[in-house]
Amino acid sequence: MSQATAPAASTTARAVKTKLRVEGISMIFRRDGKETSVLDNINLDVREGEFICLLGPSGCGKSTMLNVMAGFLAPTSGQVTIDGEAVTGPDPRRIFVFQERGVFPWLTVEGNIGFGLFKLTNEERDRRIAYYIKLVGLQGFEKAYPQELSGGMKQRLEVARALAVNPDMLFLDEPFGALDSITRLIMRGELLRIWEAEKKTIIFVTHDIEESVQLADRVVVMSARPAKIQQIVEIDIPHPRDISSPRYLELRDGIFEQIGLAHKV
Amino acid sequence: MTLLVRLRPYAFVLLLLLVWYIAVARQPTHLLPDPIAVLAALVELAQRGLLFKYIVASLFRVTWGFLLAAFTAIPLGLAIGWYRRAEMAFNPLIQIFRPISPLAWIPISILWFGVGDVAAIFLIFLASFLPLILTAINAVESIPAVYINAGRNFGLSTPALVYRVLYPAVVPQLIIGLRITLGIAWLVVVAAEMIAVNSGLGFLIVDARNAGNRYDLVVAGMIMIGVIGLMLDTGMRSLEKIRSLRWGYSED
Repeated sequence: MSQATAPAASTTARAVKTKLRVEGISMIFRRDGKETSVLDNINLDVREGEFICLLGPSGCGKSTMLNVMAGFLAPTSGQVTIDGEAVTGPDPRRIFVFQERGVFPWLTVEGNIGFGLFKLTNEERDRRIAYYIKLVGLQGFEKAYPQELSGGMKQRLEVARALAVNPDMLFLDEPFGALDSITRLIMRGELLRIWEAEKKTIIFVTHDIEESVQLADRVVVMSARPAKIQQIVEIDIPHPRDISSPRYLELRDGIFEQIGLAHKV
Repeated sequence: MTLLVRLRPYAFVLLLLLVWYIAVARQPTHLLPDPIAVLAALVELAQRGLLFKYIVASLFRVTWGFLLAAFTAIPLGLAIGWYRRAEMAFNPLIQIFRPISPLAWIPISILWFGVGDVAAIFLIFLASFLPLILTAINAVESIPAVYINAGRNFGLSTPALVYRVLYPAVVPQLIIGLRITLGIAWLVVVAAEMIAVNSGLGFLIVDARNAGNRYDLVVAGMIMIGVIGLMLDTGMRSLEKIRSLRWGYSED
């Protein structure tokens, strides 16, 4: 979050083209002859370069939604299109970040970041690895294995591995959920910094209201299962966001009420 | 201090040898030779050129039977684990063969291959095949889905996914399986040699008893079996210390 880019400009500049379109997605899981409806007629348009948070209670189906968008799960009905193309499976142009559990423990930091770069020349590959190691601040740990890293470092490693293949979209599934609260705050800043530098479209699943208001251009509030979109909240506060500003508190409290929580502990 | 700690197991072995020696010396018996006699038997075997010859014969059989099993059971097990429907087809067969002791195959293997190395190697192969195939199936099935999904996400073809994700993900478990199986193979070779061949450490034990109750030779053979088994296990265990594999073994 260090250098503030010209605040308002960043939102208007990327507010045009539709990147991802979700049309009438429903998902029904069948297990032991019992049907569970997880997603119910979801429609959503995501603009290019936008940062979207899918927010909802645990188990509401937001991760399922993310898996459908990324092509890991086929929906029962409806379709997802990206750049006008129907999504039929995972694709290196859009990378899914699975908490820090997704890094390969048998590869070093370098090996992990270079994992998706098999089509490049060695020289180009090394250059990219070095660039992303620096971007996520893992210098000095090039030869370390994931088990020698902290949770936050593993998370940054996985983000670096994703960014290294230069995808145009990132799907993040509660990426900071397993981190302690201080590391989590730092990681949010890092992600915003990277997002502003790399101009990716980001879809970020979380159950943390504060997190969603700190990060997103728009927060998609989802209901309990079967998940529907309950409300879409535009967060019109420029970055870096002042989390004690009246507008921030107003938007946050609005979402608290929307979900039906009183904001008193 | 650390040196003393590290010497402790050896000191304990020495103590046991001493107790063994004193016990036999105080109460002369035909039930057990004393350690000096066993040592003399080992020297005698070495001088007659039999010690080395028998060790090599046993290791030769274990190596061949074990490697044949490893090169067939592991790829097959990985494939079965990868295609879950195949597992359903194979599982009943595996479960029927599993409780049959490899030693129960001795008559059949002699019938098929005669008395000799091939029969013994066949027994080792049988003894190693089932544990290895089960290890490989389980190893594939326990790969966390995130690794496979991540591999697919980066656009890997199926052969690349097998080589770059599936294979490295199962190696730590395969090494444990190989280590345990090698132990089983070593147990079985000794038994097989008692019946199916006329060389090797197992043969030494039976032969020493039949040819005049040379129990010093019997115990010498037993000790060699133990020492070599320990060395095989230590060798396999050292693979677990490879840095890129360590994630599979420890929490820290």
